[in-house]
Amino acid sequence: MAISRRDFLKVIGFTGVTSAVATIGGVLIGRGEDILKEIKPASKVRWAMAIDTRQFKTDEDFQKVIEACHKAHNVPNIPDPIRQVKWIWVDTFEKAFPTIEHEYISEEIKKRKFLLLCNHCDNPPCVRVCPVKATFRRPDGVVVQDMHRCIGCKFCMAACPYGSRNYNFYPPREFLSQVNPEYPTRTTGVVEKCILCYERLDEGKQPYCVEASEGKMFFGNLNDPNSPVRKAISENIVIVRKPELTTKPMVFYII
Amino acid sequence: MYNSDKVIVGIIIFILFFAMPFWLNFGKAKALPKPELPSDTKECVESREYMRAFHMKMLLDWRDKKVREGQVYYINSQGKFFKMSLQNTCMKCHKSMEKFCDRCHTTISAHPDCWRCHIAPEEVKKWQ
Repeated sequence: MAISRRDFLKVIGFTGVTSAVATIGGVLIGRGEDILKEIKPASKVRWAMAIDTRQFKTDEDFQKVIEACHKAHNVPNIPDPIRQVKWIWVDTFEKAFPTIEHEYISEEIKKRKFLLLCNHCDNPPCVRVCPVKATFRRPDGVVVQDMHRCIGCKFCMAACPYGSRNYNFYPPREFLSQVNPEYPTRTTGVVEKCILCYERLDEGKQPYCVEASEGKMFFGNLNDPNSPVRKAISENIVIVRKPELTTKPMVFYII
Repeated sequence: MYNSDKVIVGIIIFILFFAMPFWLNFGKAKALPKPELPSDTKECVESREYMRAFHMKMLLDWRDKKVREGQVYYINSQGKFFKMSLQNTCMKCHKSMEKFCDRCHTTISAHPDCWRCHIAPEEVKKWQ
């Protein structure tokens, strides 16, 4: 029995439509599964820091904190101000908070010094630009620099709005007066920054700077309402650096 | 082939000449590296054979676990815990880079770049 032209077209049309639907549907369902795999549950821990700038008065207060960090992490002391390496440093209100700065704010605030470090942003621009994923954000919010992967392209230095990153122009070992044998140094040609002492956090300790500050800095889990940071933030007026950039900094300054 | 007798003799002489190091050292094992093993401890993280074959893979694995995944301890095949750290675990027993790591690495011309950043036990003395 010969099939009629009309029936033939019906069969062809039906097959075409079914296969098209199946293909598109299959692709969409497959995509959905992939996307579901990529969504990870939010971590219960979100490390954050609050710095009580009222309590930092003398240069000694700052030096103690800076030295504790730089000694422990073998940060070289390079005299060249443009090519120096620093993990934690001090600057004025005008430099630290350029968009909040105003000519009529109190003289005391204008003269006050601020302890600056990597802000461990929730939305870190340095992580987005890194071409080799050397910089990454851990689930607990710490932005870590993996020196093993860094190729020294300096993209992150251009991306960071806080100047937290430094490139090793000079061989860092030549600028160390003493060395902590438990921590590595860096090599020429990598970028480095504060890592919020993630190794100590994993062992249940606090960062070196917080320990050395003797109660002038608060550290803890931002998701825990009873943590020292949460208390410090809720009981005081805090500001963050350059909030308009929506990087969501996790270092809070108590004013 | 023209002049095949001369060509074949030539090839044989050529091979013999270029394989000279092989003939001269045939049957002898010269310059075997002798890394200095720690005297106070007998057991490494894993068995000696495993470490010999896979120490480089283990170190890379430790690096990734510690830096990127935030793990602190390595559990070995006997269930023992070890802190994952080149400077603070490996080099606490193997007290010398030159007498342990470098002896094999130099022999086989391997040049791992660990010590460009990590501080070898010998180098600590430079600062003291």
